[in-house]
Amino acid sequence: MTGPYSCCSCIVFVHSVSVDLNNDASLVIDIPDALCERDKVKFTVHTKTTLSSFQKPEYSVQRQHEDFIWLHDTIVETEEYAGLIIPPAPPKPDFEGPREKMHKLGEGESSMTKEEYAKMKQELEAEYLAVFKKTVQVHEVFLQRLSSHPMFRKDRNFQIFLEYDQDLTVRRKNAKEMFGGFFKNMVKSADEVLISGVKEVDEFFEQEKNFLLDYSSKIKDATAKAEKMTRSHKNVADDYNHISGALNNIAADNNTAFKKHLEKCAEVFEKLRVSISKVEDRMASDQELKLTELLRYYTRDIQAAKDLLYRRARALADYENSNKALDKARLKGKDVAQAEENQKQCLQKFDKLSESGKKELTSFKARRVVAFRKNLIEMTELEIKHAKNSVSLLQGSIEVLKSN
Amino acid sequence: MAEDREPPPLPGVPEPQDAEDLFVSAMEDAERSLSPEDISSSSNGPKAEPMLLDHDPDDLFAEATEEVSLDSPERQMILSDGPSPAITPVTINPRADVFDRSPDQDEDDEENRDTFDIQISVSDPEKVGDGMNAYMVYKVTTKTSLSIFIRDEVCVKRRFSDFLGLHSKLASKYIHMGYIVPPAPEKSIVGMTKVKVGKEDLSSVEFVEKRRSALERYLLRTVKQPALLKDPDVLQFLESSEVPSHVSYGDVILSNTYCFILKHARCYYHHLDEVFVCSCIKWFEEKQQQFENLDVQLRKLHASVESLVFHRKELSVNTASFAKSAAMLGNSEDHTALSRALSQLAEVEEKIDQLHQDQACADFYLISELLGDYVRLITAVKGVFDQRMKTWAKCQDAQVMLQRKREAEAKLQHANKPDKLQQAKDEIREWEGKVQQGERDFEQISKNIRREVGRFEKDRVKDFRVVIIKYLESLVHTQQQLIKYWEAFLPEAKAIA
Repeated sequence: MTGPYSCCSCIVFVHSVSVDLNNDASLVIDIPDALCERDKVKFTVHTKTTLSSFQKPEYSVQRQHEDFIWLHDTIVETEEYAGLIIPPAPPKPDFEGPREKMHKLGEGESSMTKEEYAKMKQELEAEYLAVFKKTVQVHEVFLQRLSSHPMFRKDRNFQIFLEYDQDLTVRRKNAKEMFGGFFKNMVKSADEVLISGVKEVDEFFEQEKNFLLDYSSKIKDATAKAEKMTRSHKNVADDYNHISGALNNIAADNNTAFKKHLEKCAEVFEKLRVSISKVEDRMASDQELKLTELLRYYTRDIQAAKDLLYRRARALADYENSNKALDKARLKGKDVAQAEENQKQCLQKFDKLSESGKKELTSFKARRVVAFRKNLIEMTELEIKHAKNSVSLLQGSIEVLKSN
Repeated sequence: MAEDREPPPLPGVPEPQDAEDLFVSAMEDAERSLSPEDISSSSNGPKAEPMLLDHDPDDLFAEATEEVSLDSPERQMILSDGPSPAITPVTINPRADVFDRSPDQDEDDEENRDTFDIQISVSDPEKVGDGMNAYMVYKVTTKTSLSIFIRDEVCVKRRFSDFLGLHSKLASKYIHMGYIVPPAPEKSIVGMTKVKVGKEDLSSVEFVEKRRSALERYLLRTVKQPALLKDPDVLQFLESSEVPSHVSYGDVILSNTYCFILKHARCYYHHLDEVFVCSCIKWFEEKQQQFENLDVQLRKLHASVESLVFHRKELSVNTASFAKSAAMLGNSEDHTALSRALSQLAEVEEKIDQLHQDQACADFYLISELLGDYVRLITAVKGVFDQRMKTWAKCQDAQVMLQRKREAEAKLQHANKPDKLQQAKDEIREWEGKVQQGERDFEQISKNIRREVGRFEKDRVKDFRVVIIKYLESLVHTQQQLIKYWEAFLPEAKAIA
């Protein structure tokens, strides 16, 4: 793959922009940087811990996106965690946008001036950086959700993920063969029907069910609309970039007319490019990072909560079936003990799921509220900052133009 | 210099002249008539704007229509055969002496005439008539303290085809002399049909507004041109309460002037000052190249701005749609404080959507339409350069013609045919005259273009700067509103507990 990014390495220092998940000092995880080699992203996972179960108090390992998915899948398929909301898996790093642009850049290289090429390259770098920030953030949050949860943090595979200083690829392959993803093969679309069809006696779960079903569709919609809005915003920023480029060309070429009557115009137009185009771009990126990403994340998280309800509904269905089986056994007078045992187990499972489910869903709400609050505040503060910046730059340019 | 001028003759008052003088002064008249702003500048005669109503000499004083005809020398040569010595074209506009100036005056002098006190607005579009014969009528209001106008403030009603008629008249009069005539706004069959048919929807409202704005800019640009401001057609357009008849005088004049050019623009090249021509040519080549480049770049810029307008409209739509979605999400949210905050967020986004819409309007009217105008203006400028080349080409052709006449005469000398010889000699004299005329035309057009281009560049840059400042100020306003909205929202976000 030829082009400016055939082999690039971007070091991204990202401050965790999500919920404060690193509150507990006994296990602190972050992703201080990431490398991009061709198509693969390599995350540096850094752990600091005081727990004795870990071999060392501090270490770093390299992990790929697929390793995260492996970890998520093993947790999902662990029966023990059925009553917990499993933190949603981070989505695959999507460099499609920057990649397209890079191709365009490579193709059009000969037909562009040096300045245009340099500018496009800069744009490209900024886009890569933005995608990086997003993907690092979302992978980091995944790990932090696990580390801050009393049950997940003790998970053996999680520890391996954090500690194992070799490549996890071999393990991953074995795991796939072992589990075969049976859970995934189940018909997930039956979710909604099953959940809504269950006769709910528990007031709490009845409310939660209604809330989650409604909220889930609304937040999906809001995410889609936010994505569209952000994309439009970026288009506007892009247009301003081209406009200032075109203005610069005019100023440069027809310099006699402009130079005579409009001094320092190149300066002015460059300033304009910064004040308008760059600011719009930053506003769009920050809005995306804080608002759109937030909505995206919670769409996935709501789905994870729904999955919990699904598992519980299933357990309830199993329990009801076991009741029916017990009645039948009693009627027939055969295998009653077995049926009783089965029924007891089903009930136990259902109760366990209900109990932990209630806790999970309550803390989920609290978490969601905190996250929304934090991100909305940060987004608003950033928008204000950018707007103020833009105003002062614009007014500066106006002064220069007026004084001419 | 004004003191040297003789006052122009009043309408209807003939000036006595004998036939020979008529011829001489007609030659000079033709020269001067090439720069109509120079109406009464020459001390040589009564020359003012010649008239052309129709080809009936008796009607010359019938009606004072303000037409400048470059046809005048030819007409005068024809008319000078007539009995009446008083076939002298007459000034229509006695007030025109305000703008006494010779074309030889320095460029800058003209620029310093900063008493440009005239405001024009185009407003109140009204639909007249029904169905396919319907048309829009606009109110044109002129407010000015300039003395060439009869009143300080005048309102007239004009329709789109009146504007086009004005433009074609001005174009026929001035373009071939090297003046840059601002192009008229474009016709639009689709847009107008919608309006005629009576569709009161958003797109036809937008179309009428777009057109109104374009017409206003067109008039402002036209009167900014000192030559055009004094033009009687322009004055009549702005002041006369009668809608000018739709017989296109422009067409008549156009054909006449082209005839004139074709017949008389044959000149003998070597009379021109070599040095003047050489430096001129270099200047013209450079300028022409510059305008070619500018044309390309402006089109690119225009395309980018159109893209901006489109995307901003899209942004506005998407923001509104997100606002609705956020409101629904807020309704669904069961945590009260968060629910409130989300509803507030939805309101903020709605307001921002409105901001985007307004900004898109500014983008469009301030910048995009203006750039479109500029692109067409540059085309007009290039047209003027082309005219000059045409004039020169005809100059070249004329050499050949004169040479041929000379050769023919030489032959006749030996053939001993006295009457034919006399004719040949007459023809040679005629052609020498025409050659000289053509030279002067070429000089004139070159001078005019130089001055026009200089003024054009300065005005365009001035315009440009003014517009950019306005636009930036609109952006500042938008950003300040954004700050207001977000600052109002911040406590709401913080109140989520």
